[in-house]
Amino acid sequence: MTDERIKELELKANDIRVSIIDMLEDAGSGHTAGPLGMSDLFAALYFEIMQHDPKNVDWAERDRLILSNGHTVPVRYAAMAHAGYFPIEELKTLRKFGSRLQGHPERHALPGIEHTSGPLGTGLGQAAGMAFGMRLDTNKQHVYCITGDGELDCGNIWESAMFAAHHNLSNLTAIVDRNNIQINGATENVMKLEDLSGKWTSFGWHVIEIDGHNIQQFVDAVNQAKAIQNKPTCIIAHTIPGKGIKEIENEFEWHGKPPTAEEEKRFLKELRTLRGKIEATHSQ
Amino acid sequence: MITTELKLHNDVFNTDALDKAATRDGFGKGLVEAAEKDQRVMALCADLAESTRAHWFKEKFPERYVEVGVAEQNLMAVASGLANYGKIPFAMSYAAFSPGRNWEQIRSTVALNDVPVNIVGAHAGVSVGPDGATHQALEDIATMRVLPNMIVVVPADSEEARKATLAIAVNDKPSYIRLARAKTPIFTTLETPFEIGVPQIVYQSKNPRIGIIACGSLVYQSMLAAEELGKEGINVSVMNLSTIKPMNEKMITEFAQNVDHIVTAEEHQIHGGMGSAVAEVLAQHAPTKMSFIGMHDRYGESGSPDELLEHFGFTKKGIIDHIKKQLA
Ligand SMILES: Cc1ncc(C[n+]2csc(CCOP(=O)(O)OP(=O)(O)O)c2C)c(N)n1
Ligand SMILES: [Mg+2]
Repeated sequence: MTDERIKELELKANDIRVSIIDMLEDAGSGHTAGPLGMSDLFAALYFEIMQHDPKNVDWAERDRLILSNGHTVPVRYAAMAHAGYFPIEELKTLRKFGSRLQGHPERHALPGIEHTSGPLGTGLGQAAGMAFGMRLDTNKQHVYCITGDGELDCGNIWESAMFAAHHNLSNLTAIVDRNNIQINGATENVMKLEDLSGKWTSFGWHVIEIDGHNIQQFVDAVNQAKAIQNKPTCIIAHTIPGKGIKEIENEFEWHGKPPTAEEEKRFLKELRTLRGKIEATHSQ
Repeated sequence: MITTELKLHNDVFNTDALDKAATRDGFGKGLVEAAEKDQRVMALCADLAESTRAHWFKEKFPERYVEVGVAEQNLMAVASGLANYGKIPFAMSYAAFSPGRNWEQIRSTVALNDVPVNIVGAHAGVSVGPDGATHQALEDIATMRVLPNMIVVVPADSEEARKATLAIAVNDKPSYIRLARAKTPIFTTLETPFEIGVPQIVYQSKNPRIGIIACGSLVYQSMLAAEELGKEGINVSVMNLSTIKPMNEKMITEFAQNVDHIVTAEEHQIHGGMGSAVAEVLAQHAPTKMSFIGMHDRYGESGSPDELLEHFGFTKKGIIDHIKKQLA
């Protein structure tokens, strides 16, 4: 990718972060850390990687994005709004009565949301089902499934991992948001996940580890995943929860709370500075 | 009239005068008390320590606290093993996931195995609020009461939740306690009696036409409704049916025999819930006209707890409207 393109995508990620802060403050509840940490991944998915059409959401040849860690849906809503699925102002209705933007994503509430999620651990199986069906029909789309890392505590995930490898579902790519936090604390204190890469490998997956804030690395990893024809790929994306807002980065307490009005002001200011930095870095 | 022997709050209809707390808070207190009384009491949690109030236990008894991660099926199997060995485990998560996710583990390793695991389902009902449908458990009374050996308790306020927690800690049976996230008025007191399997007629009218049988937060709302309807000449009595299993068939039957119409009220699907349990009793022993306040075969959605409670009719006003419609 050209430097100019990377800059565009990093700026998109910044826009997404701004919207996340904005919508969560308005909602008065919801999850901040995970969505901020996944903003770079979502900018890349919606603006570079995925085949999709915001004006034709049911397009049969679209790639499917399964968000298994449904609590992080603000990042998806923000990316969708910026991609043109619905007006950006609608983000302000998040979690409110009557909104299409339910607290956890509802398949029937908002066009472009592929499946209802929130209860953890079931996205990978649904993604595997879709990938299996696509292959039966010799369709060429790809299925991306994002999971949290704490979510990998769920036994379901490993049942699905076994299934996908057993059936060589190379049209399925799992993306693990490896941010090292969950609700009760650091993942390695709550329930040890390491050797995580070794686990996926031993389950029969091709594994790529990336810096989840490096868009070039992510795009390269996806291209590699698509080139591999005999097994599914797991991209372990190392991310920083709360990324972009220094005072909340890596703080597990920010898993499930929104910013206050005062914090919002401070955070948005920091994101404006970050935007300036992105522009400066790429114009050298 | 409120039933004086129950020693409810002495200004019970003055909602502003009542302290408010969520039933999960009463549970959290009760669990610590139970653990102080009995060394065997343990707490197991699936990555939701604060919102289930397990963290209060964890602070006091860190060695008896077990974290299993986001793994509700394993949560239940491990709890079953601990109970089988001789411990008294409380296993907690959101009701949507436990018993939502791990029903078969509950069926076979806890209920059929008949070991005293206490299953704690937090964040039940639409009053969970903005998290939306996925997190609003509305089926758990049905899926728990259908299991042989299982005790099912739905406390009406935080204080009753505390007493219920102490009671299930010593009952030596598989037990399910259903808790809410939203703060609601505490209308019972330290002196109010509580016994598993003994419903209470909390509001008694002379020659009542209507009998409301309620559980959870709907008990207090039903009392408010009864008080107001009484002023309009519609006599209503209210029963707090906090134990849904085992059912006190005798008391339900007697309550129904004194009224023309039974209304059940619960923050749960009308299919299979507390109302259905009452209907099963009355169909056999005292066929009575009935109607049901509950979720009518649909899921919840995002919104503030108050908006949702009002929208789905789980308030004093909703109950009054329902009853007037029945009488029209
Ligand atoms: C089956 C299930 N159990 C429990 C929960 C409650 N819950 C929501 S998010 C979460 C922690 C998940 O950790 P992780 O996937 O790492 O997400 P992060 O904190 O990084 O956003 C838990 C336990 C749930 N949503 N689903
Ligand atoms: Mg995490």
